[in-house]
Order: sequence, then structure tokens, then C-alpha cells
Amino acid sequence: MQPNFGTNVFGFPILSLITYLPLAGALFLLFVNKEKVKFIKYFAFAVALVDFFISIPLWFAFDRTTWHFQFVERFSWIKALGVEYYFGVDGISLLLLLLTTFLTAIAVLSSFNYIQERDKEYYIAMLVLETGMLGVFASLDLFLFYVFWEVMLVPMYFLIGIWGYERRLYAAIKFFLYTLFGSLFMLIAIISMYFLYHHTTGEWSFNYVKWVYNMHIPGGLQFWLFLAFFLSFAIKVPLFPFHTWLPDAHVEAPTAGSVILAGVLLKMGTYGFVRFSLPLFSEATRYFIPFIALLSIIAIIYGALCALAQEDMKKLVAYSSVSHMGLVMLAMFALNPMGLQGSILQMINHGVSTGALFLIVGIIYERRHTRLIREFGGLSKVVPVFATFFMITMLSSIGLPGLNGFIGEFTCLAGVFKYNWRYAAFAVTGVILGAGYMLWLYQRTMFGRITNEKNIGIADMNLREWIYMTPLVISFIWIGIYPKPIFNIMKVTVDHLVEQVNPDYFKQKAQHEAKLKKALFYPAKSPDFAGGPSPLKMSEGEKSHGLD
Amino acid sequence: MVKYAWLIPVFPLVGFIINGLFGLKYIKKKAHLIAVPALGLSWLFSILVFLDVLHGHTGTVELFDWIVSGNIHIKVAFLVDQLSAVMLMVVTTLSFWIHVYSIGYMGHDPGYARFFTYLNLFVFFMLILVLGSSYALMFVGWEGVGLCSYLLIGYWYERDSAANAGKKAFITNRIGDAGFIMGMFTLWYYLGSLDYKVIFERAHMLSPEVVTIATLLLFVGATGKSAQIPLYVWLPDAMEGPTPVSALIHAATMVTAGVYMVARSNVLYNLAPFSMEVVAVVGCLTAFMAATIGTAQYDLKRVLAYSTVSQLGYMFLGCGVGAYAAGIFHLMTHAFFKGLLFLAAGSVMHAMMDVLDMRIMGNLKKFMPITAGTFTIAALALAGIPPFAGFWSKDEILAHTFYTGHYFLWFLGTFTAFLTAYYTFRAVFMTFTGRERIPHEISHHLHESPKVMTIPLIFLAIGAATVGFFGLKNAEHKPYFGAFLAPVIQEHKAETPEAYREAQTVVEGAAAAHGAQEAMGAREGAEGAARGEEFPEIVLVVISVVAGLLGITLAYLTFLKKAFDPVILLKRYTWPLHRLLYHKYWVDEIYGALIIWRVVDLSYGSWKFDQWIIDGIVNGASWVTKTFAWVTRVATEPFVVDGAVNGAAELVRTGYRVFRRIQTGLVENYMLYMVLGLFLMVTVYIFVNIL
Repeated sequence: MQPNFGTNVFGFPILSLITYLPLAGALFLLFVNKEKVKFIKYFAFAVALVDFFISIPLWFAFDRTTWHFQFVERFSWIKALGVEYYFGVDGISLLLLLLTTFLTAIAVLSSFNYIQERDKEYYIAMLVLETGMLGVFASLDLFLFYVFWEVMLVPMYFLIGIWGYERRLYAAIKFFLYTLFGSLFMLIAIISMYFLYHHTTGEWSFNYVKWVYNMHIPGGLQFWLFLAFFLSFAIKVPLFPFHTWLPDAHVEAPTAGSVILAGVLLKMGTYGFVRFSLPLFSEATRYFIPFIALLSIIAIIYGALCALAQEDMKKLVAYSSVSHMGLVMLAMFALNPMGLQGSILQMINHGVSTGALFLIVGIIYERRHTRLIREFGGLSKVVPVFATFFMITMLSSIGLPGLNGFIGEFTCLAGVFKYNWRYAAFAVTGVILGAGYMLWLYQRTMFGRITNEKNIGIADMNLREWIYMTPLVISFIWIGIYPKPIFNIMKVTVDHLVEQVNPDYFKQKAQHEAKLKKALFYPAKSPDFAGGPSPLKMSEGEKSHGLD
Repeated sequence: MVKYAWLIPVFPLVGFIINGLFGLKYIKKKAHLIAVPALGLSWLFSILVFLDVLHGHTGTVELFDWIVSGNIHIKVAFLVDQLSAVMLMVVTTLSFWIHVYSIGYMGHDPGYARFFTYLNLFVFFMLILVLGSSYALMFVGWEGVGLCSYLLIGYWYERDSAANAGKKAFITNRIGDAGFIMGMFTLWYYLGSLDYKVIFERAHMLSPEVVTIATLLLFVGATGKSAQIPLYVWLPDAMEGPTPVSALIHAATMVTAGVYMVARSNVLYNLAPFSMEVVAVVGCLTAFMAATIGTAQYDLKRVLAYSTVSQLGYMFLGCGVGAYAAGIFHLMTHAFFKGLLFLAAGSVMHAMMDVLDMRIMGNLKKFMPITAGTFTIAALALAGIPPFAGFWSKDEILAHTFYTGHYFLWFLGTFTAFLTAYYTFRAVFMTFTGRERIPHEISHHLHESPKVMTIPLIFLAIGAATVGFFGLKNAEHKPYFGAFLAPVIQEHKAETPEAYREAQTVVEGAAAAHGAQEAMGAREGAEGAARGEEFPEIVLVVISVVAGLLGITLAYLTFLKKAFDPVILLKRYTWPLHRLLYHKYWVDEIYGALIIWRVVDLSYGSWKFDQWIIDGIVNGASWVTKTFAWVTRVATEPFVVDGAVNGAAELVRTGYRVFRRIQTGLVENYMLYMVLGLFLMVTVYIFVNIL
């Protein structure tokens, strides 16, 4: 099959523009006097905001009827190695790209007050980080992808290591080494696939599209390659038991760092699975489902239980991320359209909701310089507006219908249920525990009497905080009430992905639809219906792909 | 009119948005000017829609697509039929009057605007629950009302008890919701839709096991929301909320959502006889257990709370024995009289400066005649005394229970009716009559409540006295109420005659396949026979009325006449029982010890495990690496690796010491070396080649 490398309706490299604009801003900042703090802040915010605005046309120009890559830029980069400079997005990466530009602008705005030293370096790091993240989502050449994947680590390392809290160096090094450790396995896997591709086609290439459509990886090798990618991505997600860097990194990172970490960096793990592991190693993917489902279910329940026991607000939110990302993984490996769409939507939801939760913690930290839950109590009385924002964010996180979390959770659970109802039954317990730790957190900080005198005079949200919280809340409500546009964006891409990774799905779906129709229209005549059990009672072999 | 039904929930939503955005800063004490008219409009539209439905106009209003993903296709659409019309009337009527009442009751509260904001949001979600045309939308309302319940129970969040009660309610409900969601997915998995119409049309295709599991899971949701065993524990605590909230949410509307759900799903439950038995047994046991607890409580609102749990049990009993219409009928009458009881109790609280202990009340009728009168009317309705509302619906349920052969449940239900009458009138006598036991600092404050509170009381009292007459039998010997609901409750509703007929055949065929039809048929036959000949209904009616009167008499003798001193009596003969009931069978404590604290232990255990084991491995790996590095530095490096390097250096140094001596700088010496070297080379050459 002739690979289709995609099209670009804009006719100019818009993805590169979006990706490198922050880098250009960072370079410009290098030449600005570091005393001009105010200018640096507003300039960095302006760059991030402009970047967000120029990424919006992608949403409108995106062709929702095709799964081919769009806004493509492709030319040869390192001829000797066959490395291409290949950018492009589909329905999945587009959403994550937009999430990144959206959250970065908010994260930059949220740091104005928090960062009091080495401002210039901080904003440069933030902008370089944005370029790295956008590059990861836009790259379609695995060499290029790997470059961005590693580039992104460096600014994050500095963000945690320089502007973090007491144990920042420990956390930064742990974050860096842990992630690097995983990445190296991925690098080995990429290189071996590079040789394999040469072996099969005689061509040297890292091109993703070529790999997916021209290369069949034999089963045994798939197994090992999958594991190598798995290690790298599972650490990033993070999936149990590779998650312990996350609470440390979150607790020590500055607010904006946590927002980016939870909002975007974790998504790279799940994105990696969707983009690479699923289509490239489809057999191994199906083989590993029970294994990954087990780890995901443990992550969901175990993460929630750990969250319940935390005394530090940031750590609580960090463990809740482990729990939520577990559901994302579980739904993804249901390998059906609902599961995958729910999984991707839940990535977006988790990005905005958990990002907002970290902002909330940051707002209160800026006033009280502590994150310990027992230091608070009765804040509703003092800061009613903040309490309202906190409440809405919390409700979004625990999946209340009408807000975004519910749509994601519902679709995820539906997908999982369709694959195996037992998994769904376990995953649902996470929903209960989620309400538990969040409500308890809210009660201990916001309700009750003011027991700590230091809480009496604290100020309510200021204009800047209003400005960055409001878009998030609007996104909660928008996705909660009218998620259809988002489902539309990814529908075709996801259906195609399901066809790649789980080709039996649509076949069985058609069979079951036919069966259902028959039973509906000829109820009395249908022989397998008249006396015995209903035709819809699934036999063992069929259970994984139920009827629609 | 039906096509404007979507406006009904929109009014309170608009009220919520306006008060939510501007209430705190700008509207403040005028919040009711937005909230109450919003509800008034909803009420008005509900009446119009109801009248339309009364004339047989029903239908679905589709608004927009909500979740469209893979095989899920959920629309935001409202279903207007007989059942939802009844629920609409109940919800909007009660909501409107309770909103009006709140103007007076909450008048002095600093969070006035917040209160009305939440209350409007609650009504919005409740209307979504009632009007939604699919289980998914019902679930939206279902969780939404749970949220509002949480917010309103914890309304006085500075009190720890209130905040705890709110959390308990939410989490208990979440447990139920998990069951509900699994039930929903089961239906969706097998039938491919969550729409009521589609599900009920295709329900016959489900195998008996699947339909049983699905209905049981849905019922788990109902036990959470409607406070049945084993998840009833949150409702009594919910009384921490302001009294209008107890009246509206925890008596009249939200807690009945489970009953509505079961009645709405009657097609499914009819296919699952086992689930129906479970519903009936759980309902009846809850009714009995809660009533027994109610007899030993001294907190007026708690008595009413347990009474609500108990009455909800009756409704489930009704649904479980197939008398869905009677269950919904009881829901309606209960909404009036229990709403009224709570509002009257609130009026008492208002006068008594928030004291609720009945032991220090007494003879309040002297001070607040309207409250006392309306409370008594509601109490008569609750006790099942004709012709008040509760009599009709409770009697209908008990009769159905008896005629379907559930004699034990019938007996338990009737005994519960006796207990109900007893604890209700115990409350009446202790509160409104007898000796004044009110402390001095409160008694001079006693007064009748303002008009804005008494008018709702009077209106609801009229309702509590009269709504029961819908239960009168028509010419075909069926209650009017049941006849009205018949299109939704007993058979399929379909647009065209063809579809209707097809649906009918389908149902018959399916039911025959499952053997459910025989059961149903047998049940109906037995019922008809029993009703007609052997055991006339009037006998049952007399028995239940006598049970009620006995209860009242017992309460009268004990608390008013003081024929025997209850305290001494209880202490002497029944103190273990009294203790058991007073402490509510220690269920909260048992749950705490068996579940809640175990979860907390587990969570701390997980955290420690995470810290020490999982992170320990990571840090251990790092420690091993570092130690290895250190060992390399102190041990291997100097002697082996560095040793080689240094050794080489040493070799050079030694060599240099040796060779330095040669480097004298004298040309003669160099000449000598050259000659010596040459000589040596020649010698070697000669030796090797020639010799």
C-alpha cells in the first residue's frame, strides 16, 4: 500500500510556526536585560498567548473526514541517515497540541507572582519547554520525535531544580533520570526498527507513516519492541509501579511546572501509546491487554487510596493523577472506539482539571506558604470566590455530569465495559474513592470553622487569577455540555486506529448488528429466540466485542 | 404545550445562573425575587403540560446531541408522558411552595443568596431527572441532585456535623451510583441504547439473567438515592441541612428518585421477577426497621427522617409487588404530607430557636395554632387515617401486597403502619400538647411563624388532605390515578398503531419465553379472584385503619394521658430494646468499624507501601548505583583502573630517572652512545643473520 503522507491546506509551515514561536521568544529574551522583570513576564505571556491564538485556526481548518495527517511539512533533514523533518497532526495530536498551547499560556500567566528570582531564566525555560512539547506532538519522524522527547526534559529539569521547593534537587534528578532511563530503551527500539525497516525495504528511514504501512514486524520482535516502548511511556504516564517520581516532582515543582507536568507531560506517555505502540505493534498490544489492564486497575484503586492518605495538597492531587491516568490507560487498551475516544478526551479533561487543581493549590500557597491540609480549614468564609472556583474544579475532577470529567469517565467506562465488564466494575470503584478524597480535601480546607489564625486575613482571588481560572472553568462546562465537536475531531482518526490495531472489531460489530436487526424485526419467528436464551447473550468467545 | 416542556427546567437554571454570578455581591437579600418567580414559571408550565397530557398529548422533545462516541449516542431529549407529568407536578408544586416558605425561614441567614442559588440548581437537576428521555440523562439529574443535596446539607459548613453529613450523603450516594452506572452499561451493552423507548421496546430480547442483573444494579442505585437498606444511613444525618432542604430534597422530591426510576423501568422489572422480589423485600424491611428506629428518637426532625426512610420503603414495596402506580401514588401523597411535616417542624424550630428535642417542647399549640393544625393534618395523613392522603396510597400498596400472595410482607407492612401511627402521634403529642416543658429563655420567644411561612403550610395541608381522592375507584374498579398512569406503567407507549401492536406481540412473546408472563398472569388472576370473592378489600382496609388507630391510641395513652410513664416503663422492661432503637441498631458504628475505617487503614497502608516499597525500590536502585560508584572511586579506581594509569606514569618516571643520566648534553658522550649503539646493532645483525 502506497503510504499517504498527508496534506497541508495552509500551504505554509503552520505547525513549525506554532512550535518554534516560543523558542524564538526565548531567544529574544536572552538579549533582554534581566532587570526588566515586568517586560519579560508580559513578553513571555504574550508569546504564549499568540501561540495559542495561531493554533486555533488548526481547529477550524482541520478536515474531520480523513484520518490522514494534515498541515504536513516534510523534507529531508539528515540525508545520510534518511532522517526527515516531518511534521503533521491528526485528530488525536491536534487536540493535544491545542491543549498544550492553551495550558502553557495559562501556566505562564500563573507564575507572575510566584516566581521572585531569576525571572528571565524561568520564562526562557517555560518557552523552550513549550517548543519541546509541541514538537513531540507534531513530529512524525521517529528521530525528530526522539529529539523533542529528550529536549523537553531539560527545561523541566531546571524548572523543578531551580524554582522548586526544599527537596527540589532530589525530585529534579529523580524525574530526569527516571524518564531518561525509560527513554533509552525506546531509543534502542527505534534504532532496531530503523535497521529492520532497512532490512525489509532497503531504504533508510525513520518516517512514521512508512513504518506503519510498509513494515510488518514479526511477532517475537514486536513483543520486545513493545516492552521497550512500554517502559518509556509507562514511566511517563505514569503507570503503576513506575509512578513514584510523580508525587515528588509535583510536590517540588513550582505551580506552573506542576500544571505543565500534569497537564501535558503525562499525556506524552499516553500519546506515545496511541501514536506508536498501538499501530506499530498491534499484535503485541493485543497480547499485553490483560497485563496493562491489571496495572491500570491497580493504578486506579491504589492511586486513589494513596491520595486519600495524603496530608500535602499537591501530593494528593499527584496521586489522583495516577488514578485518573490509570483509567485513561485502561480505556485505551479496550481498543474500541468508545474506549479510545474516551481515553483521549479524558487526557484533555485531566489536563484542564488537574491543571486547574494545581493552580488552585498554587493560589492558596502564594497566600499562606504551606500546602499542608491541616493548616487550613474554614476558608470558604474568608475567600468565597476562591471556594467557588475550587468547588467547580473539584466537581470536574470527580466527574460530575454537566462538567467535562463525566463525559470522559462515562465514555471510558463504556469502552472498558464493552471490552470486559469486570474491568469496568473495578474501575468504577475509583469513581467512588475519587469522590472520597476530593470531598474530604475540600471539607478539610474549605469547610468548618477557621481554626488557624493565619487564615483569617487572606485575600480572595485577584484579577489575574480570575483571568486564568475562568477559561479553564469555561472549558469544563463546554466539554461537559457539548462535547460533540471534540468527538467529531477525533472520530475518523480513532476509527482508523481501531481498524489498525483491532481489525476484528468492526467485523464483529457488523455481525452483531445483523443479529440484532433480525431479532428485532422477526421476534416470534427467530428460532434461537423463541424459547432459549436471547441471541444477545454473548458466548465466551464473543464477549470482548459486544453488540452495538 | 408539550414541545415547550424543555422550558420547565430552564427557568430554575436561569435563576441559578443569575444568582450564582451576582448573588454574592449584588443581589444578596433580594435573591428570592429571582428564584421564586423562576419556580413560579416552572410550576405554571408544568400545569399547562400536565393538562395537555391529561388530554392524551405526550411526546419527546429533542434538543441536541450530547455524547456521540462509537456506539454511544445520547441525545439531550425530554420525555413527556403520564409518569413524567405526574412527577413534574409533584416536583414543581412542592418546590414552589418550599421556595416561598424559605423566604421567611432563611430570612436572617447571611448566605441567603447562596441558599437560593443551590435550591434553584437542585430543582433544575431534579427536573432533568424526571424529564430526561434516557437513563443517561436520568443519571445526570441523579448525580446533580446528589451534588445539590451535598451542598445544601453542608450549607452551614462551619458546623463540622453539617460538613460531615454532606460528605457522607455524597459518598453513600456515589456507591449507589456506581451500581446504577453498571446497570446502565449492562443495558447499553446488550441493547445498544440508553433511550427508554428503545430499551423498553427491546427489553424482551434480554435473557432472564441479564435483565435480572441489570435491574438489580439499577436498584443498587435506588437504595443509595432513596435511602434503603443498606445505604439508608445518610438520610437521617442529612437533617443537618436547613429545614426547607429537608422538606424539599430529603422528603418530597430527591429521595423519591429511586422509586421513580423503578416505576419508569417497570417493563424491565416485570421481566425480572426475582428483582421485583428483592425490591419488595428490601422495601418492606426498610419500612419496618426505620419505623422501629423512629419510635425511639427524640429529635423531631430525626423522627421525620426515619419516617421518610420508612415511607420510601412502602413505595418500593409497592413497586416490588407490581403496583407501580400505587408506588408513584404514595410518592405523590407522601410528598405533600411529609413536605408539610418538615415545614411545620421548621416552623417549630423557628419559634424554638432551633431546638429540636421533643423532650423540652409541649403544648406548642397554644402559641402556634396554624403550625399545630397543619402538622396534625399531615400526621393523620401519615398515620393512614381516612380520608387523608396517606390512607389511600398506603392502603393501595398493602392491598396489592396481600393479593399478590406476599402475606408476610403484608403483615410486616401493616404492623409498620401501626408503628408509623404510634411514632407520628408520639411526636404530635410530645410537641404540641401536654405539659409545657419549654425552658424559660425560649418560651418568651415563642410565636406563630410569619404569613410567608404559614401560607405554604396551609396550601400543603389542603393537598395532604385531598390528593388522596385521586385514589378513588372509577367505574372499572380501578383507581383514577392508576388508570391515568396505565399507558406508561403497564404497556408500551408507541406512536403508531402498528408499532403499538408490534410492541404488544413482542412483549407477549418475550414474556412467554421467560415464563414471566405466566407468573404475571397467575398473579393477576389470583389478585382478581381474591379481590372479587374470597377476601374483600374492605377487610384489609379496616385492618390497616385499625392498626393506625391502635398506634395513635397507644401514643395517646403513653404521652398524653400518661396512663403509664413511658420512661419508667422503657427503663424497666424494654431498656435493651430502647437502647438498641435509640442507637439505631448501631448501624453507623458497624459500618464505621467494618468499612470506613478499614478503607482508611488501607489507604494509609497503600501510602506507606508506596513510600517504602515501591519508591524504596527506585531509591534502592539509585543507592545501589551510587554505592557502586563509590566503591569504584575508593577501591577499584586507585588500584585497578587508576592504578594502570598511574602505573604507566610511574614507568615513565622511572624511565626518565634512568634516561636522565644519559642526557648529559656533551657531544662526546652522545658520540660514544652512537658508536656503542652501532656496535650493538652490528653485533646483533651478525649474530642473527650470519651465524
